[in-house]
Amino acid sequence: MNTVIDAHDLVRIYDKKTIPVYALNGVHLHIERGEFTAIKGPSGSGKTTLLNILGGLDKPTAGYVEINGTNITRLKGNELIDFRLHNIGFVFQSYNLIPVLTAKENIEFIMLLQKKPAKERDVRVRELLQQIGVADKANKRPSELSGGQQQRVAVARALATKPQFILADEPTANLDSVSAGHLLDMMAQLNKEENMTFIFSTHDQRVIEKARRVITLEDGKVVNDTAPAKLMHSSHSG
Amino acid sequence: MIEKLTWRNLWRNRRRTTITMASVTFAVVLAIVMQSLQAGVFNHLQKSIISFYSGYLQVHRKGYQDEQIIENSFTASDSLMKKIAWSGVKYMVPRLELFALASNGNTTRGCMVVGTDPENEDRLTTLKSKIIQGTYFTATEHTALISEGLAKKLNLSVNDTLVLLGQGYQGTLGAGKYNIRGVVQFGQPKLNEGLVYLPLKTAQNSFNAEDILTSVALGLDDPADLEIIQKNLVANLGDPYEVLNWKQMMPDVENHMKVDTASFYVYAGILYLVIAFGLFGTVLMMIAERKVEFGMLIAIGMKKTKLGGMLIAETLLISISGAVLGMGISFPVVWYLEKKPIRFSGEFAKAYEQFGFEAIFPAILKTEIFISQSVIVLVMALLIGIYPLWHVSRLDPVTAMKK
Repeated sequence: MNTVIDAHDLVRIYDKKTIPVYALNGVHLHIERGEFTAIKGPSGSGKTTLLNILGGLDKPTAGYVEINGTNITRLKGNELIDFRLHNIGFVFQSYNLIPVLTAKENIEFIMLLQKKPAKERDVRVRELLQQIGVADKANKRPSELSGGQQQRVAVARALATKPQFILADEPTANLDSVSAGHLLDMMAQLNKEENMTFIFSTHDQRVIEKARRVITLEDGKVVNDTAPAKLMHSSHSG
Repeated sequence: MIEKLTWRNLWRNRRRTTITMASVTFAVVLAIVMQSLQAGVFNHLQKSIISFYSGYLQVHRKGYQDEQIIENSFTASDSLMKKIAWSGVKYMVPRLELFALASNGNTTRGCMVVGTDPENEDRLTTLKSKIIQGTYFTATEHTALISEGLAKKLNLSVNDTLVLLGQGYQGTLGAGKYNIRGVVQFGQPKLNEGLVYLPLKTAQNSFNAEDILTSVALGLDDPADLEIIQKNLVANLGDPYEVLNWKQMMPDVENHMKVDTASFYVYAGILYLVIAFGLFGTVLMMIAERKVEFGMLIAIGMKKTKLGGMLIAETLLISISGAVLGMGISFPVVWYLEKKPIRFSGEFAKAYEQFGFEAIFPAILKTEIFISQSVIVLVMALLIGIYPLWHVSRLDPVTAMKK
């Protein structure tokens, strides 16, 4: 296994000038390739903030994040956007597909941003549509798909660029139990088949049960981590 | 794909896009038709003025424009006339203009006498077409054309004898008896009641002004060259002469046109301001509705410049489509109004005709009017497009995706 994410002593303070709120308070994290990790914790524990910082969408007040050896905390503007485009896949709670594009186009769009040639895009989109089981809905727009199908397309979009890892913020929160189950099975299968690293933030017990590692956050601190001993050691040693 | 995305985004809210586009179309149609009508009316007014009496340009002795007396005249030497016949000058109408007393029996009236070259006068002012009785005169005759109002006052008609008495050149007494060849009618009452035309030579002989002229009115090949020709003539003729264009000779008309043009710009400005606010409203709503989507696009790796470009393209597409549609609708309207001008009747028409102008409002089909309106819409759209660009440049994906 090799290291994908190395987060060192992350601190994120909101409202620094008025009443400081510590969303993260000294988080160390070490994620290896192929992990299937859930980050759980009560509301306000810092799950989304951690995910945003790991995804380069937010900056820590202190500490830093290295992805494949690149300190993304130092990246700015287009450099950071470019880094996200080529290294990180995002799955959002509300699917966030582009409503005017079809399922196929939504998946293809991100590869287009990467300037991948048309043939490569076409092959990858077909492959992903098959994998997520919505090949027959390729030309449907998001409004014509169920929530579960939309979230599958969102996962396929995140996977399309073959990122280093996928960050999923409460991916099953808006899904019924059947759809959530199917989505989790699909992601577990992709994790196994493509050795894709998945990191979820979740409240959902079903997601937690499927995860091979569960990190528990409380008041911006890691209070429990079920990582194997080797990982536990490296993540706490900084 | 970006083009596809832009196009589909445009039609997300069909009704809103259609209404915005329609408002741009409406503004463009209104502005083009208004401006084309104004340009057409000005063109008609200019032609009327020029063909009424003044011509495009006039050569005088310096000071004649301010004090129009026979002493402010000049000798029509061959070399001078050659100098005036500058390239671009289509025809020259030499005139001797003076004031005299016209009488018949015991009735006497003051009048303006115009000695002119009948052939070129008709080419410039279509004088022949104003004859309502009798026939047109020729250069070698000892005859006169008299305006209708003056003829009535003096109780004269065709073939009667008109007597003129006035101050000739250098304080001499000028007088003559002339057979009335025709009666001419002018719309403007002042002219209609006090104008007499004589052949130039006859006038010069009668008023002891051999080879003397007070003005040379000029017709041009291309009116667009007016300023260049005027400049060249001023340089070529030198100090004792003044070369004035029709605007300088009739500053009131020029001022009227300036005021009218300014009011058009005010109306058009208000119109475009209203449309700009409508367009801006659409852009604001579009941004508010798609805030989460913009956040997501930046999060997954779309550069802000690309996203901003897409939004500008959306604004431009609405505006350009509206403008093109507007131009498409305006073209046949302006074309029709050019071929079949709006014609007024009744009191309004009488008021116009009093000044010798036909009471019509023609439009003029000018490419530059169409282009200028589309450029205005384009600039307006680009200015409005700055807002989404600015908004996106400051967009934080995390904040944007919070619902």
